[in-house]
Amino acid sequence: MFEAAVFYAFGAILIASALAVITARNPVHAALFLVLSFFTASAIWLLLRAEFLAIALVLVYVGAVMVLFLFVVMMLDINLERLREGFWQYLPLGALVGILMAFEMGAVLYGRWFGLVAPPRAMVPGYSNTKELGRLIYTDYVLAFEIAAVVLLVAIVAAISLTLRRRKDSRSQDPSQQVKARREDRVRLVAMPSEKDA
Amino acid sequence: MLEALLAYSEMKLGPTWGPAVYELVTSLVFIACIVAPLFLSMAYLTLWERKLIGWIQIRIGPNRVGPMGLLQPIADGIKLLFKEVIFPANASRTLFVLAPILTLMPAVAAWAVIPFSPELVLADINAGLLYIMALTSMGVYGVIIAGWASNSKYAFLGAMRSAAQMVSYELAMGFALVVVLMVSGSLNLSDIVEQQGKGRFAAMGLSFLSWNWLPLLPMLLVYFISGIAETNRAPFDVVEGESEIVAGHMVEYSGMAFALFFLAEYMNMLVISALTVIMFFGGWLPLWDSVLTNWIPSIFWLLGKIFVVVSMFLWIRATLPRYRYDQIMRLGWKVFIPLTLVWIVVIGAWMQTPWSLWR
Repeated sequence: MFEAAVFYAFGAILIASALAVITARNPVHAALFLVLSFFTASAIWLLLRAEFLAIALVLVYVGAVMVLFLFVVMMLDINLERLREGFWQYLPLGALVGILMAFEMGAVLYGRWFGLVAPPRAMVPGYSNTKELGRLIYTDYVLAFEIAAVVLLVAIVAAISLTLRRRKDSRSQDPSQQVKARREDRVRLVAMPSEKDA
Repeated sequence: MLEALLAYSEMKLGPTWGPAVYELVTSLVFIACIVAPLFLSMAYLTLWERKLIGWIQIRIGPNRVGPMGLLQPIADGIKLLFKEVIFPANASRTLFVLAPILTLMPAVAAWAVIPFSPELVLADINAGLLYIMALTSMGVYGVIIAGWASNSKYAFLGAMRSAAQMVSYELAMGFALVVVLMVSGSLNLSDIVEQQGKGRFAAMGLSFLSWNWLPLLPMLLVYFISGIAETNRAPFDVVEGESEIVAGHMVEYSGMAFALFFLAEYMNMLVISALTVIMFFGGWLPLWDSVLTNWIPSIFWLLGKIFVVVSMFLWIRATLPRYRYDQIMRLGWKVFIPLTLVWIVVIGAWMQTPWSLWR
């Protein structure tokens, strides 16, 4: 009962903030509403006792991805009028994707009624979500997991190699050279006879 | 007494809502019991900082308000409370107000899972370490939003610097914690402390040699230095480098809104110190095994250790000059992250050998 009340409260916040993401006039506000919807979604996952996934969502998306996202959005000089121009032109495509997504979500949610998806098993006492997930990832699904990791690594290397370029006019410091500098290299002591008294 | 309260609540509100309301009310009371002393210690940390840095620089420090200057934080608080909060022209008002709150709240919320003694913890959750990492990663929002909402170039530049710095040091911090959780085999903070109380030296009665700081010394250094960078304290305080960008993201703030940023910095220091103590210095465990040390309640051990680590923060601030920005980035990305990655492999290999300390 109490849990249901909390769930509906979070659900309302999630839907409201998700709507605000697409309706907010200012892109920075939209990005911040997206942060709020990620956070609320993770709270709903916590209600489902999927604490590892919930906290990983906050850690990865709220803590890292959205920060960089905000970074970029804040630096861009966005012309709001230009953004609105193509609205009607892109509406059919967007609506199609939206209907497809709603259909897929419905298929997953109603799958339990049709008997396609097995109902979740009851949890034993002392059950640790993180431990179970780790066990599954590193035993049953180790190959898929490793492949996903390699794909991500390739993406990292690709992103770096795309942006890495040597500029001829750029200057950089070499700390190991700097610490090797000795006084003798920089200062030349010159012996000068002191002036004679006139 | 708590059972009687639960029974009373069930009698008044029925079996469905009774326990829920009881749970809510007791949690709120417990939260108040943690947060009130926390805010007080945060206020007095500012005084302790000024005193300690004063002594280091052969000065007296604040000594005018109250006996030995002990009422100074209260005077400061009253002054800031009565100052006007000025909104810059064309600032985004809601976000401008929200930013200081967003900076302070994650630091306060982190205390929910910190165990003060074996039985004294608000939420003894399994994923405590992850929860802490998630919350500390959210502190950066307050800074970015403050910089953007102020509609000022200085504030924005400061926010960009700080966001880049906090995001990069978070990685090193996270990897250092991964090593700790590898040797502890648990994400629960109480278990991490308990695990440090076992081992050869602990059996000999010299508990402090069994704590994580000795076998994981490089990780302790990485964690602590990253913690200083994460809280934007000197020598990593380019965020508010007075000589270059005035006061960084909080340049447009005044009155209580500014005070919240200030307090968040001190709260973050306390959180990082508490975590350092829990991860590396055995939490509430006494230094060694004897009648006297066991007689001291465990919460005082924890608080005493936190005090020592927090004082290290202040000592470092009083001693070291500010880093240059590119050197900060170099230290984070080219030194700490590779070091922690290698150390994960080293400790992982060590744990597979017969000489493993953690079984």
